[in-house]
Amino acid sequence: MERDTHFILGVYEDEDVLLHAVEEVRSSGVKIHEVYTPYPIHGLEHVLGYKRSRLPIAAFLFGMLGTTLALTMQFYMMRFDWPMIIGGKDFAAFPDFIPVTFELTVLLAAFGMVGVFMISSNLKPWAQPRIFDVRSTDDKHIMAIDIANNSAMEVDKIKEILKSSGATEVNNKSFEE
Amino acid sequence: MQVTSSVRQPLVTGGKTYHDVTHDVSRQVEGKPSLAWFLAFLTAVGTLAIGFIAVAATVWEGIGMWGLNKTVGWAWDITNFVWWVGIGHAGTLISAVLLLFRQKWRTSINRAAEAMTIFAVICAAMFPVLHMGRPWLGAYWALPLPNTFGSLWVNFNSPLLWDVFAISTYFSVSLVFWYIGLIPDFATIRDRATGLRKTIYGALSFGWDGAAKTWMRYESVSLILAGLATPLVLSVHTIVSFDFATSVIPGWHTTIFPPYFVAGAIFSGFAMVLTLMIITRKVFKLEDYITMGHIELMNIVIIITGSIVGIAYITEFFIAWYSGVEAEQYAFINRATGPYWWAYWSMMTCNVISPQLFWFKKIRTSIVATFALSIVVNIGMWFERFVIIVTSLHRDFLPSSWAMFYPSWADVGVYLFTFGLFFTLFFLFAKFFPVINMAEVKSVLKSSSEKAAK
Repeated sequence: MERDTHFILGVYEDEDVLLHAVEEVRSSGVKIHEVYTPYPIHGLEHVLGYKRSRLPIAAFLFGMLGTTLALTMQFYMMRFDWPMIIGGKDFAAFPDFIPVTFELTVLLAAFGMVGVFMISSNLKPWAQPRIFDVRSTDDKHIMAIDIANNSAMEVDKIKEILKSSGATEVNNKSFEE
Repeated sequence: MQVTSSVRQPLVTGGKTYHDVTHDVSRQVEGKPSLAWFLAFLTAVGTLAIGFIAVAATVWEGIGMWGLNKTVGWAWDITNFVWWVGIGHAGTLISAVLLLFRQKWRTSINRAAEAMTIFAVICAAMFPVLHMGRPWLGAYWALPLPNTFGSLWVNFNSPLLWDVFAISTYFSVSLVFWYIGLIPDFATIRDRATGLRKTIYGALSFGWDGAAKTWMRYESVSLILAGLATPLVLSVHTIVSFDFATSVIPGWHTTIFPPYFVAGAIFSGFAMVLTLMIITRKVFKLEDYITMGHIELMNIVIIITGSIVGIAYITEFFIAWYSGVEAEQYAFINRATGPYWWAYWSMMTCNVISPQLFWFKKIRTSIVATFALSIVVNIGMWFERFVIIVTSLHRDFLPSSWAMFYPSWADVGVYLFTFGLFFTLFFLFAKFFPVINMAEVKSVLKSSSEKAAK
């Protein structure tokens, strides 16, 4: 089944205009599909109403896993599996296990969090992203509005709202899928 | 909305617009390499090839090729190892610690500094691997792998093993941090390109589309990675210093080592960043992004860390005297006045005295002086490690076994090899990767220069 997906794109040049525009467009009842920007804009996620990312929780859990694995591994190997007297130290020389435990905590927290980030944002070498406007990775902020999600409103009305919110251009975009 | 004081100098000069940033940085990746780049690259590859003879000889014949003897069992190789690891500290310090401190000037230098970090750590890793003698068995000695001897595990009480974990974690976390930052910039290049370049940078950009939700997660990941990398960067040289500090050799057995090594690492790392950035900004015409302001700030970091290192040298001497331990006292007197006095005083001059010249504004804002002093600092930091390692060993407990260390051609050749490797990787990076983090520079452009918004 082939279907055309239609979008209206508002092109913005300035980050502060964009922030106000997102608020205006949302308050006039238009549902925004997504905003594409060339660099991170602080506060954009708030005006779009996105919930805080839970990635820090993922990092914490992976870090805990790293700590647990590192300590378990070292105590098992040094105390239980093959105890050896080294420099007259206790078999379970806890302070000596701290450096490796720290490193493995950081390693697992970092890799685990980045892995979750890659999966949740669908970042992979073979990904084929929808590029609404190639200038969105250069110098323009692109606000994409999915017509199908705003069926209650006239297309011209949406374009009017975008124009009055400060968009320098309003374009149509279709993807064949 | 971020407000920057009007007394602060702009981070990006020349009234650049967002598009100018994209253009100025992508131009290097898209254009044909210049003749200067080719010559520099060929020199680096040539050095790598010549140095490889020494590496091959070391692996073929064994480490008897090196100048080590029964008294001085650690010398040139570990000096180079610590030196390269130290250089590898600036990148993550700039990208992680300065991110946490919200120092926005880091945005135009963090990419290249992190690349330098990664390449320096690769060079550092060459030395312990080659010192194993039979590196193909190295995984069994360095990692807790099950084996047919029991399993006989690695020794988790050993600082050398902590080093394996510290450096491999540092390398892989820095690599991930660096790559995450590269993804949006690869997407910029992808969207400007056609044909094969579009395919390659498309794959490298992992399908980045710049969605607000992805940026939100990206910011979250960057902040947490910075939070993880900050203690990590301090832990790496701390653990390297444990290789010495946990021994009972006079001159090594010092509690001051961890902070002293970390300060020295930042000192030498910033010096290497300056050496490379001064060339890069000139060759790639990026003077509006890496401004005199950046150079001056890095020079200030060099004065501070250089002074910390200077205080550490003096403290070591004082504590040796104050401890009343004869062996300890002799180790330090021998450092300054023994047969290696020239190494000690080279270290003192290069690390403690010459960086103080940066107190003069004329000197710290001069490109030529900064470039020269950045090299002097790295020579000094090489001598620091040489002094700590060799002078503490060469006159050991029995005067009958006192000896001198002379490097063999293979010692010098392996060092040359790592130089070739470092510069080969750096030149490839400078040509094929965006040397400045475009997305982050754009994010500070508006708040730090009024013209940019127009």
